[in-house]
Amino acid sequence: MKLELRGVTKRFGDFTANDQIDLTVEPGEIHALLGENGAGKSTLMNIIYGLYSPNEGQILLDGEPVEFHGPGDAVAAGIGMVHQHFMLIPVFSVTESVMLGYEPTKAAGLVDFAEARRRVEEISARFGFDVDPEAMIEDLPVGAQQRVEIIKALSRDARVLILDEPTAVLTPQETDELISIMRQLKASGTSILFITHKLREVRAIADTISVIRRGKVVGETTPESTETELASLMVGREVSLTTQKEPASPGETALSVSGLTVVSPNGKALLDDVSLEIARGEILCIAGVDGNGQTELTEAILGIREAAAGTITLDGTDLGPKNVKQRLNSGIGFVPEDRSTDGVIAGFSITENFVLDQYDQPPYSNGVVMRQEVMRARAEEQTARFDVRLGTVDDAISTLSGGNQQKVVLARELSRDNRLLVASQPTRGVDVGSIEFIHRTLIEERERGTPCLIVSTELDEVLNLADRVAVMYRGRIIGTVPGDTDRDVLGLMMAGVPAEEARVQAAAHHTVLGEADVEAEEQA
Amino acid sequence: MSEQPTAPDTAAVQAEPLEQAEARLQPIRWKFPITYAVLGLLSLLVFTLLIPAGAATQFRVSTASDFITFDAINVPSFGTALSLSILQLALAGWAVYAAVHRIRLGVWHPVLFGTLFVLAFLVYAGAGRGAFIPMVTLLSGALMLSVPLIFGAMCGLVGERSGIINIAIEGQLLAGAFLAAVAASFFTSAYVGLLAAPFAGAAVGGLLVWFAVKYHVNQIIVGVVLNVLVIGLTSFFYSTVLTQNAELWNARQQLPRLSVPGLSQIPIIGPVLFNHTILVYLMYVIVAALSILVFRSRWGLRMRAVGEHPKAADTVGINVARTRVINTVLAGAIAGLGGAYFTVGQGLAFGQEMSAGQGFIALAAMILGRWNPKGALFAALLFGFSTSLGQTLSTIGTPVPSEMLLMLPYVITIFAVAGFVGRVRPPAAEGIPYIK
Repeated sequence: MKLELRGVTKRFGDFTANDQIDLTVEPGEIHALLGENGAGKSTLMNIIYGLYSPNEGQILLDGEPVEFHGPGDAVAAGIGMVHQHFMLIPVFSVTESVMLGYEPTKAAGLVDFAEARRRVEEISARFGFDVDPEAMIEDLPVGAQQRVEIIKALSRDARVLILDEPTAVLTPQETDELISIMRQLKASGTSILFITHKLREVRAIADTISVIRRGKVVGETTPESTETELASLMVGREVSLTTQKEPASPGETALSVSGLTVVSPNGKALLDDVSLEIARGEILCIAGVDGNGQTELTEAILGIREAAAGTITLDGTDLGPKNVKQRLNSGIGFVPEDRSTDGVIAGFSITENFVLDQYDQPPYSNGVVMRQEVMRARAEEQTARFDVRLGTVDDAISTLSGGNQQKVVLARELSRDNRLLVASQPTRGVDVGSIEFIHRTLIEERERGTPCLIVSTELDEVLNLADRVAVMYRGRIIGTVPGDTDRDVLGLMMAGVPAEEARVQAAAHHTVLGEADVEAEEQA
Repeated sequence: MSEQPTAPDTAAVQAEPLEQAEARLQPIRWKFPITYAVLGLLSLLVFTLLIPAGAATQFRVSTASDFITFDAINVPSFGTALSLSILQLALAGWAVYAAVHRIRLGVWHPVLFGTLFVLAFLVYAGAGRGAFIPMVTLLSGALMLSVPLIFGAMCGLVGERSGIINIAIEGQLLAGAFLAAVAASFFTSAYVGLLAAPFAGAAVGGLLVWFAVKYHVNQIIVGVVLNVLVIGLTSFFYSTVLTQNAELWNARQQLPRLSVPGLSQIPIIGPVLFNHTILVYLMYVIVAALSILVFRSRWGLRMRAVGEHPKAADTVGINVARTRVINTVLAGAIAGLGGAYFTVGQGLAFGQEMSAGQGFIALAAMILGRWNPKGALFAALLFGFSTSLGQTLSTIGTPVPSEMLLMLPYVITIFAVAGFVGRVRPPAAEGIPYIK
């Protein structure tokens, strides 16, 4: 089915999220919509899916204008969508999830489970999915949940499938499976609109690429464009995608974690016997799919989460008996995973947020009195250094964009004498232009001799920053490998395959993204 | 690293290491074995050893009006209590064994233990008193006292499963009781009262969901305010209109007792379960219907979807607001019907605040029953039974102050709500307004 958008505009108050968008997806085409966070991709998808109605413009299916009053209309017209955050109910079975809203029924409104199950099995068989119709959603790995979402869309005869950031949570191998599913769908005539901010995937998968920036389509191109061309189109200026760094010259061991175990209230091991060491002047990246114990590891080091067993030693001192404040004062810089809830206080000014964990330390305090002018001066100086776009430092931090808030948090944590830096997802939600800057700053911190523990689920980031990579899987460190390890090996380790075996498997079978890496290296 | 999984990259094999990790670290749960052991010892040391020598306990298992009547059962108190206590300790021992070997005990275990414990207590309470322990009265009283709790719990369940927290069950019961009494009195027919009661509950539910869905007001606050509103309104009308002309507005009407032919003649079970007013039979139907419909019907599936993840429901074309409104109003009607029990169900005139906190106990029964109709039914019956026990024993005179027994439902509630019965998982989106 052919999907066309003509002059679609969506405004929220004064803010124009989508400005005169024109877009055509041909039947059986994989069309990528590339843009940064906040460029207006998701708004556009929600318009196509009937969740928002546009202020201007129209949507055409096979040349016929259509109007959607809700997702039900869009689905009836043959549009299916897989949201970035899956629209699945954790306590439902696969069958229940797929039939919801379109239940086959018997007498008295009772659901015909056998019929629903048969539909799931039929679609699974058609595309070779390995999904148990009786499994609970919450027990499935994310890759399988995504397949359930795709089954759900296909069970409603979707002929245009929208995939919103489908690879954000997948390992390279799972991405590979998704790519083959997408190609199968394409072969059967389904049009696919694929939303992403990842340049490498776009080039590997798409037939046509539309780039969206600040709510406008700024160009349509083909996968033959280079990544640098795509990036500058997406950002609007030249950006460098890889950060140059010298090889690390590690000093003596600074942080040493041994046998660390964290148990959840219902008895599950969130961290299971984790041991690692970081030397001064070294970046250790923790790679892994979200939710495999990375958050618990960083929180246990800071002391927010109690360890059931194990020791954490920093520069020869046992951190065990110290509370969070003592740990911060002994020189731990901490960038939390979710800055909006854990990193800043929305109603506080930028200055206040800047001294959030050091307000009672010199030079910001003088006994009982906080020294406002010093705080302000330091905040101004550091926000300027980190290129935070702001009005004045007295504004509430909630007036800043997500990326700029993250820069304030980083400026706070990096403007002090750190004995250790722990940073989770340092560039999540940050625009492409700032990623480069943040990566450079983190490497500068390493050059100053600070041991850095960086948690990231983005393999690009891990490959860019790491001197060594520890891969976490289900609360354990599956292996620690050098920073220049192949993407496919890391991907397999993220799925629980030990390093040695991962190397063998990766050598035998390269993923699409892994091949793209090799290609990019050859070009460079 | 101790055990590294050697799994290839398929989802099925990946699932294994997680279960290993769980099994290895699952701590032994001593909570239940210890509770059983303490209660078993209590039964042995107090209920058994304090029995006067040679005393006997008499149980009466039928009433004079029953189709088949039995003689009272006379048992030697000491020997019976001793054997019941030993059985309890054996069950406690089995619980210890199961805990150490991490075997999951079925629901039969606590039920059996509880029954033995209660029987031992009854043997002790009736020992050497010369008075009969009226089992049929005790059990049918338990059922009667559970009626408003069960209706209330079903109301809470339907509301919360669709995402609306309903603290106003108390107000809905009271409104139902009020309207049932007034309508029954005015039309001099208890059945008219029964028909009117659901409308009162539904009206309260409608107000709750209107504020919750349309204005996103905190549902707990609205619920509390509605309770106060209903108490205020009913008390106002009671002290003005109803007392001025009680003959017209607040005369007693009672639903007739309908024996189910055949079934009501079964010994013990018959008089306990099948010799009631239509209200009780309606309750059976509602509980049975809900326990099927919530999990196996389109209505139930959509209701649960809206209560768990409204956005997901919205993306498949389910109208979240409408689902919540319909279900909360429907739930209110169920509670209103339950409220009729206080007046026409018992043949009483309306009295101020006569629901007396039963709505809150119903809420607790729903939580204890884990938002499941069957679970809520059993929890409500448990609460009803402990109240009935307190009442029965205070009439025959026991060594335990009846106030202690009357306190029992509240103690159980606190333990239940504090999570003693395990992790309870409420619907994920309850209490959260859905804003697109």
